[in-house]
Amino acid sequence: VLFSQAPRMFAQSSRNPASPVLLLVLLGCVLCPPAQASKSSEDIRCKCICPPYRNISGHIYNKNVSQKDCNCLHVVEPMPVPGNDVEAYCLLCECKYEERSTTTIKVIIIIYLSVVGALLLYMAFLVLVDPLIRKTDPYTQPLHNEEDSEDTRSLAAMPAPAGARANTVLERVEGAQQRWKRQVQEQRKTVFDRHKMLS
Amino acid sequence: MDQKGYRRGSFQSATSDEDMLEIAGASMDFSMADDDPPLDREMGGFPTYNGGGMNGTSTMMDFLEEPLPGVGTYEDFNTIDWVREKSRDRDRHREITNRSKESTWALLHSVSDAFSGWLLMLLIGLLAGSLAGLIDISAHWMTDLKEGVCLAGFWFNHEHCCWKSNTTFTGRDKCPEWKSWSQLILGHGEGAFAYILNYFMYVIWALMFSLLAVLLVKSFAPYACGSGIPEIKTILSGFIIRGYLGKWTLVIKTITLVLAVSSGLSLGKEGPLVHVACCCGNILCHLFTKYRKNEAKRREVLSAAAAAGVSVAFGAPIGGVLFSLEEVSYYFPLKTLWRSFFAALVAAFTLRSINPFGNSRLVLFYVEFHMPWHLLELVPFILLGIFGGLWGAFFIRSNIAWCRRRKTTRLGKYPVLEVFVVTAITAILAFPNEYTRMSTSELISELFNDCGILDSSQLCEYVNDFNSTKGDDLPDRAAGPGVYTAMWQLALALIMKVFITIFTFGMKVPSGLFIPSMAVGAIAGRLLGVAVEQLAFYHHDWPIFSGWCSQGADCITPGLYAMVGAAACLGGVTRMTVSLVVIMFELTGGLEYIVPLMAAAMTSKWVADAIGREGIYDAHIRLNGYPFLEAKEEFSHKTRAMDVMRPRKNDPPLTVITQDSMTVEDVETIVTKTTYSGYPVVVSRASQRLVGFVLRRDLIISIENARKKQDGIVSTSVICFTDYCPPLPPSSPSVLKLRSILDLSPFTVTDETPMEIVVDIFRKLGLRQCLVTHNGKLLGIITKKDVLKHIAQMANQDPNSILFN
Repeated sequence: VLFSQAPRMFAQSSRNPASPVLLLVLLGCVLCPPAQASKSSEDIRCKCICPPYRNISGHIYNKNVSQKDCNCLHVVEPMPVPGNDVEAYCLLCECKYEERSTTTIKVIIIIYLSVVGALLLYMAFLVLVDPLIRKTDPYTQPLHNEEDSEDTRSLAAMPAPAGARANTVLERVEGAQQRWKRQVQEQRKTVFDRHKMLS
Repeated sequence: MDQKGYRRGSFQSATSDEDMLEIAGASMDFSMADDDPPLDREMGGFPTYNGGGMNGTSTMMDFLEEPLPGVGTYEDFNTIDWVREKSRDRDRHREITNRSKESTWALLHSVSDAFSGWLLMLLIGLLAGSLAGLIDISAHWMTDLKEGVCLAGFWFNHEHCCWKSNTTFTGRDKCPEWKSWSQLILGHGEGAFAYILNYFMYVIWALMFSLLAVLLVKSFAPYACGSGIPEIKTILSGFIIRGYLGKWTLVIKTITLVLAVSSGLSLGKEGPLVHVACCCGNILCHLFTKYRKNEAKRREVLSAAAAAGVSVAFGAPIGGVLFSLEEVSYYFPLKTLWRSFFAALVAAFTLRSINPFGNSRLVLFYVEFHMPWHLLELVPFILLGIFGGLWGAFFIRSNIAWCRRRKTTRLGKYPVLEVFVVTAITAILAFPNEYTRMSTSELISELFNDCGILDSSQLCEYVNDFNSTKGDDLPDRAAGPGVYTAMWQLALALIMKVFITIFTFGMKVPSGLFIPSMAVGAIAGRLLGVAVEQLAFYHHDWPIFSGWCSQGADCITPGLYAMVGAAACLGGVTRMTVSLVVIMFELTGGLEYIVPLMAAAMTSKWVADAIGREGIYDAHIRLNGYPFLEAKEEFSHKTRAMDVMRPRKNDPPLTVITQDSMTVEDVETIVTKTTYSGYPVVVSRASQRLVGFVLRRDLIISIENARKKQDGIVSTSVICFTDYCPPLPPSSPSVLKLRSILDLSPFTVTDETPMEIVVDIFRKLGLRQCLVTHNGKLLGIITKKDVLKHIAQMANQDPNSILFN
């Protein structure tokens, strides 16, 4: 439900002075998980790949060492060649230090999937459920121009709360959503029907 | 400066870019379009309009202090007035500086005003970098989802899944935690049935992703499709497209970009990343008054945001700034250069700290070799440049023809079906060939890679002679059978990519062009590189090779050829020059390869320019009819202003408003009957001496407001545009003073002015219209649309294709 309110919040927040705060909070939420991701021990490694050498087959060595210890001598254990050949063998090996943050990956994928899921649900809601709700409510017919919304406000005859605002929060949200829907309709006409923009 | 008129309560702000006027195309009737706030709302403390009975002079300060809501804003699909915006900003700045001497608070206000630009750049960089990190990680994961799933945690892609496990040298890509779909469903991964099942799952996933993308675009934000760069170019030249850089467009573009890239379509994410970054820039502008209210300042911020977008796409901050300067921006003041660089750096740094690719690199295909090249290799590099130019010209022609067909015929009526069919064709053709099955970025990365001992891919299957290997430096070797297989597979991949990209770019999903062109170039380059390498190996005794490429030396690097080919093809399509070379050399991290890159880029640009003048983005601008006045072309015809101005010889005379003899009703009639966006104001109809210019929107808003708010303004009230209005008999209704909305310094040229100068004036000053006088009397008007139509006519193109106002 939070995410289905989010588009309404978005539509409304362009005139809400709290919107900068909202954006900064969102920014913080996006940035915090990666920034605070602590490096667990399973997220760093030193990987050494050694090709076949004489009669020794190729092998890959992984070890959990720090960056300064990431070289052939520390990582390749047990050393397959005798002492005087170690240098020649190690010249062939390529060692690389890698690190990653599994927390970041997990958080980002989950955020992404939840946003996609929320959008899908909202799309299903708009396509299937919304027309049914609109049809049964006589005061909130599908609005096509601004005059209707003012009529509905006068028709609804809600008691005006203090502050001389004749519309409650719910109606403001409704109005914002109707305006957004109209905008999307106009955009759709421009792009898809009239092909006036974006070929 | 507290502009009370702009404070909003519950209704929408007329200056917010998310709200759109009804797009009637031209006319705006008197039942107010819903973007303007209804003027009968209560606005506590709204000062009375400085008109009515007062006879005071209205100074510029009065104009700024008490503007009506809506005056000074623009309708959708109109061009801004650069001169007005810039002068407003200067006035605002002057006022803040003057006030800063009064109190400490005002001083702090002026300091914070100066600092706000930098803070905004910081925020843009952070947001753009984070979104780019999100896009990279999600796209990487979803691309691999088509092939299998990781049992150790479904959020890992193939590479991260196999990170922890001990892999063998020969089977470096396989690990037990990663299961392909056939392994998951059937239990084993071998056999014909498993292959068919993998194939089937791949196609199904690709179709699901692309269908979801196009449905999301269609339902929530139709402006999120396409590349975005042509429209951003137009916006930065002064055009207004409301909603194009809004919140919904941002969200949908980010989400559907990942879906489109993961579905295996032949498109990239660099162009849409520029759009995403500009959306971030536009949204964050709303936090700062200085940028929210001024369209010209906002466009400076958008230029910087575009630089940040390219910077995260390629890991190239300098290249990003140059791309913004060369390709995207129209006016690029020097102050913007430093700020764009700052934003690009912050964005690159944020992306690096998110570390999407696990090796502190920002781009998947970072190149790390530094092999030298020989001067004789310039010949194949120039050949690659010619190929790039030819391919670029071919691509632009065919893509524009296809997009035009989509625009005008029935093909355009089925966008969802079109995406479905193209994805199906791409997926079905892509799976059998290993090089098209992998994501395009991985393909480019593999092609750029120089083969070392440790590479196990098919492309690096050379005949190794282990006894003669000394350390890591491999000589040129004969190609093994793996290389030959890879060659013909790559050739097939090249053909497929060349043709499928034509139909993919411009579809109704976010689609970029950089990666597919680089892939085409990289494949061509690598093919040529391997061919030259084998030629040098087998014929090392030829005179051209014997000097520098003796047997056992490592002289030819096919990876370098791939890089040069990628640069050539990208340059041929986009016609970038400096920014392309800088992006490529920032990708490679070294200055050694600048000369080959420049040679290829220059050759490809010359060849492509010889065939067709425009790059892909300019061609799309022209296709869509955006009112973009090209700043790079010279206007070289000998026409004069009187040939272009309106009204022409047989047209009715110019519609003017007199300075103090027209009533409200007369003006309303004029405004309803005509659809012009502004009217010149003259002293009288007989003398036609120019006083100024008034915009249609300002006129409508002021008259509406005066009728509602001021006493005594009726249809027969006289409108007066001067300081001192003529005295009227006491029984007549009060005078409506509209001097504050009159622009007293419209630009004029004489009718004999050559059109070269007029076009230059329009370009350099960013005008919307220019008045034409003859012997001091007003004769006609030239608008930007007239100029564009004239240029099109002179170039033998269709002048009616300029659609917007």
